[in-house]
Amino acid sequence: MSDTTDTGPVLAADGTPLKRSLRRALRAQKLRALALIAPLLIFVLVTFIAPIADMLFRSVENQIVSNTLPNAVATLNDWDGTSDGLPGEDTFEALYYDMFLAAEAKRHTRVGSRLNYEESGISSMFRKSGRGVDDIGEDQIDALEDINDVWGDETFWFTMMSGPDGVAKANGILSAQRERLANLDQSSFAGEIGFAPSQQIADLLPRTVRAYTAFAVFTAIEDEDIVAEEEPWEAVKVALIEDLRSGIDLSGYDGPGAQELREAQQGLANQPAIDYKQGFIDITEDWANLDNWKTIKMYAPPFTTGYFLNAVDMQKTPEGFQPRPENEQIYGILFKRTLFMSLMITGSCILLAYPVAYLLANLPMRTSSLLMILVLLPFWTSLLVRTSAWKVMLQQQGVINDTLVWLGLVADEGRLVMINNQFGTIVAMTHILLPFMILPMYSVMSTIPPYYVRAARSLGATNWTSFWRVYFPQSVPGIGAGSILVFILAIGYYITPEIVGGTSGTFISNRIAYHISTSLNWGLAAALGSILLAAVLILYWAYDKIVGIDNVKLG
Amino acid sequence: MTLTIIEPKPVSFVALVVAAAGAFAGLLVGTAHDTPFMGVLLGAAVAAVLAVVWLTVFRNERTARWLTFVAFGAVGFFYVGLMGGVIGLAFGAFFGWFIFWLGEGRYRAKLPPYTTAYQVFLHFLFRVTCGAIFIFLITPILVVMPLSFNAENFFTFTPEMLRLDPEGYSLKHYRDFFSNSDWQQAMRNSLSIAPMATLLSVGFGTLAAIGLSSEHVPFRRAIMAILISPMIVPLIISAAGMYFFYSRLGLQGTYWGVVLAHAALGIPFVIITVTATLVGFDRSLTRAAANMGANPLTTFFRVQMPLILPGVISGGLFAFITSFDEVVVVLFVGSAGQKTLPWQMFIGLREQISPTILAVATILVAISIALLTTVELLRRRSERLRGMSPG
Amino acid sequence: MKFKTTLLATTALTVAAVSAQAQDMADSMTLVSWGGAYQNSQQKAYVEPYLADNPDVTATWDESSAEAVAKLRAMNEAGNVTWDLVDVVASDAMRLCDEGLAMELDHDEILAPAPDGTDASDDFGDLIVSDCFIPQIVYSTTFGYRTDMVPEGVEPPSSVCDVFDLETYPGKRALQKRPIDNMEWALYCDGVAKDEIYDVLGTDEGVTRALAKLEGIKDEVVWWTAGAETPQLLADGEVFMGSTYNGRLFSAIAEQDQPIGMMWDMQSFDLDGWIIPADLPEDRLARVLDFLYFATDTQRLADQAAYISYGPARESSAPLVGEHAELGIAMGPHMPTDPANATNTHLYDYEWWADNRDDLDAKFQSWLVN
Repeated sequence: MSDTTDTGPVLAADGTPLKRSLRRALRAQKLRALALIAPLLIFVLVTFIAPIADMLFRSVENQIVSNTLPNAVATLNDWDGTSDGLPGEDTFEALYYDMFLAAEAKRHTRVGSRLNYEESGISSMFRKSGRGVDDIGEDQIDALEDINDVWGDETFWFTMMSGPDGVAKANGILSAQRERLANLDQSSFAGEIGFAPSQQIADLLPRTVRAYTAFAVFTAIEDEDIVAEEEPWEAVKVALIEDLRSGIDLSGYDGPGAQELREAQQGLANQPAIDYKQGFIDITEDWANLDNWKTIKMYAPPFTTGYFLNAVDMQKTPEGFQPRPENEQIYGILFKRTLFMSLMITGSCILLAYPVAYLLANLPMRTSSLLMILVLLPFWTSLLVRTSAWKVMLQQQGVINDTLVWLGLVADEGRLVMINNQFGTIVAMTHILLPFMILPMYSVMSTIPPYYVRAARSLGATNWTSFWRVYFPQSVPGIGAGSILVFILAIGYYITPEIVGGTSGTFISNRIAYHISTSLNWGLAAALGSILLAAVLILYWAYDKIVGIDNVKLG
Repeated sequence: MTLTIIEPKPVSFVALVVAAAGAFAGLLVGTAHDTPFMGVLLGAAVAAVLAVVWLTVFRNERTARWLTFVAFGAVGFFYVGLMGGVIGLAFGAFFGWFIFWLGEGRYRAKLPPYTTAYQVFLHFLFRVTCGAIFIFLITPILVVMPLSFNAENFFTFTPEMLRLDPEGYSLKHYRDFFSNSDWQQAMRNSLSIAPMATLLSVGFGTLAAIGLSSEHVPFRRAIMAILISPMIVPLIISAAGMYFFYSRLGLQGTYWGVVLAHAALGIPFVIITVTATLVGFDRSLTRAAANMGANPLTTFFRVQMPLILPGVISGGLFAFITSFDEVVVVLFVGSAGQKTLPWQMFIGLREQISPTILAVATILVAISIALLTTVELLRRRSERLRGMSPG
Repeated sequence: MKFKTTLLATTALTVAAVSAQAQDMADSMTLVSWGGAYQNSQQKAYVEPYLADNPDVTATWDESSAEAVAKLRAMNEAGNVTWDLVDVVASDAMRLCDEGLAMELDHDEILAPAPDGTDASDDFGDLIVSDCFIPQIVYSTTFGYRTDMVPEGVEPPSSVCDVFDLETYPGKRALQKRPIDNMEWALYCDGVAKDEIYDVLGTDEGVTRALAKLEGIKDEVVWWTAGAETPQLLADGEVFMGSTYNGRLFSAIAEQDQPIGMMWDMQSFDLDGWIIPADLPEDRLARVLDFLYFATDTQRLADQAAYISYGPARESSAPLVGEHAELGIAMGPHMPTDPANATNTHLYDYEWWADNRDDLDAKFQSWLVN
């Protein structure tokens, strides 16, 4: 552009400096282009990129433990996870309230399954605890209700907790419990529940009010019942017993139920304290197992590297990262195998595609268009059908073996095993991906002018020299483009290895699918997926550098 | 090329080559009768004698080829039956053609006259290799087609089928496809999902491709990389991601969920084909139109669109096929109400193996051929319009 | 727990309310099942009759039972459950129930009593393994073999241990690609007493021992994941023997005339039945309950046995099991529960597997790929 001169601005027709006018025009052009691109870009970002980012986030996310067991996890901070002693009674007490609520919301088995990925047996520990948690403190609750049966009466409880009309409310506790439940249940616990604890009783009986509020929020929103008509959970009564036994001074209290509270405090004085630790150990011995507690502590933070470690056959131990036991290592092998097989497939695609692409590029247009249909036809035939056709051909009683036996090349007892192994996967996938190799090669080769080779020939080069020294170097970009494309597609394949791969021919993708739909270890699936995606993106980047994304051609 | 002189070749050479081919054919027939060695000898002898007789004594090509064709067929039919007859006819046609093609020296017709015998050999070796690769490419389709007429319920070539016994064939799997409500519903679902997904990806894709083709786009490479990514990201990852994310949006298991997912997968194809068409697009045309007073909209619809239409249509076809042939994502994102054909086939392969799948495949192959022909015709038209091709 | 009784009371109320005003029922249902012959038997035995009685109702099948837990979890996360009734195996039902993804039910309240008036819960008896689970059938995973591939002069295989005996019975085997059942069979054939299998399997040595036993046949095994595979492999002659669901073998033998023999020894029993997803809207729940009442009564369960050789879960259905709907052969002797077939059976331990599945699976898969 020659818009800069030292002698003053060049003016456009309308009198504005040409420089500015050009810049404005350029900006308008840019904006128009962006406006055209924007809808699609937003569309792809929302329907495609966001879902993938969302899934990959699962590979580090671990909020389930702290959401389900918030109190217990908080107390575990003080516990030295490496020593030999079990966590203290306060942890078990906190665990009791957490477990009770989780069991009501049926969330305890989920955290159980989550932790079971790290330590076998935790799943049933949580399942059994969910069933047995309401037995803890049973005797004391019976004693409480023996003292006065108003303690089993929902209206009495409701009145006592709400306090008289117009009294100051403890809204902080209410919103805290709402938040706790919202975290636990991953749903919104907003909305009117028809209950708010009075500030007076909240100051007097903090545990009880917390427990009752949790009960009230859950009853109103999750069960859609009226709080005043439901008898409180055992956990609320246990909380009351603890409050009363902690030696609070009831003398100043004159709100609803004051008389009954005093009576109960006296009556409970000679009851034994509730032993939460023993209570849990009675449910299952597993709570006395130090390893389980170490696992809980280790996986308490909201984010974890556990899934990624697992995905590379490592594990987290109190002593740091360590390789998994030999007999549980699998992903290293699978990643290596996926890589190796993708290379094999790319290699065989190059071998098969090169002559075909050469032929297509050097035939007259009409003939090559017809032959091109043969290349594109399988490309457009259902993947499933092609894969099952290979199954029919490759199996031991299949078409190829039948033919070989018929020709006498193979004995009937010695039929070749060509399926449910790596060979089958490589053959079927080579076939499926071959068009992706032929098309880029063809588009490069058809631009190679034929006279270079002719010139080489006329200068005395042999067939081989003219090909290898003159033609081949010009076709290398096509090989590069096709190889990266085929390799990228091969490395993420799923359906074909699933059907013809057997055990030795499966890819990492099959394992990802297994963890998503069968073992439900979504975090591990996401971690494996992230690693795979990273590999693909590096290749994609290389492809962009070497070939340029705009140069991908399809027929 | 016209310089190449086509002249008859020495009979000894022809007889030798034909005998070798005959030996191979003899091996095939011989092993079928448990006498491979005899087969080789007889095959070579018959072929050589035939070559000598046709080329020296008889020399009437037309009659000779017909005679070979009929005679081989008759022998095959007489000894083996229908299938033998068909194989015999094929052998007869081949040998009749092969003898005269070699004998008359026609094989050199398209080669430069200076090529040496060795180069001729290499040339045909290369052609045969390519032929083998083409066969590799289409064999699965060739296997599927006959199996879809299987009278049994398994994916196996029955002895009746190999004997070409009509008993072994039936149209029952086709009848099943057209009468079974599951398949029909799947077909309807596919036909309602694929066009909508195609429409979305073509609409957005074409606009974006036009935007991308202008000279001054900021972050062009990055944008391109994002838009092409649905083709690159492993399907299982896309599927899992969409599964969780769409669940959260309430799109999982809905028609629009599947449509959006498929539209996203189809976009790279539209982008690639349309930008490729736009590369050859002569920008002075739009400038000329603007110069003559057409507004941008008119310019687009009257000048640009007709010229890039072939690219748009072929991109649309790719997007359509992507949606029409997609299993992994629909398995995750869809639910019973969106069961598409590939999904139904996948169930078929996993739960009740039935050749109905193969019948469906055959129908789809037929549709594919029709679509491919359309694309090819469009391509020719496009090149004619742009004046790039002689015909 | 108190909570549960409240819930049950609510359910009962809903049922009562619904039977009073039938117009509140949704007129479409999405049923989730396994596809294939089994789904077909459900379709014939009770879905079609029900739809005939209720012409304005439509039923859609979704063949997603294999992924039911994953999909229900995702649907639940999104708060948008599109399924109305889901057919799952017992272990999945327990898992779904534990996680609150399936609705707890009072079986006596919502299911029809037996014809003699016995309560539904007594009629189903022990098969109600979870509060959310309504059993339909008892099936088993067992072995079939190609009768024409038995070596000459050898008795046909009759014990599960013949699967591990490559010398007497050479040839390929098809086994399911998961540790469940295979590990137990391996230990049993390695000389572990039946009631000690899980104790042994719980130790590292036990796992090694089971895998070592499987190692002996590993090279000859084709691993399957879908129920249709073994019958296809047997029909093609690709394998000599293979494990699969007994109903699949029955249909290959009786309906498709394949030369296959049954081996009932150490068949592994399992249950399959319905669960209702938690938190269905009222009108859909009403429709589902109405359908369930019909579909799980004594006659309907007995009818189902006319299409597939799985034992009906109700005790009162057993005497009503008749002949195959098309072939006219008596179905009784083909049931896994038939006394002649059930002389030596294996009951797999749901609880044990729920705990140890992840761990064993890692070891099993690692063994497979090495």
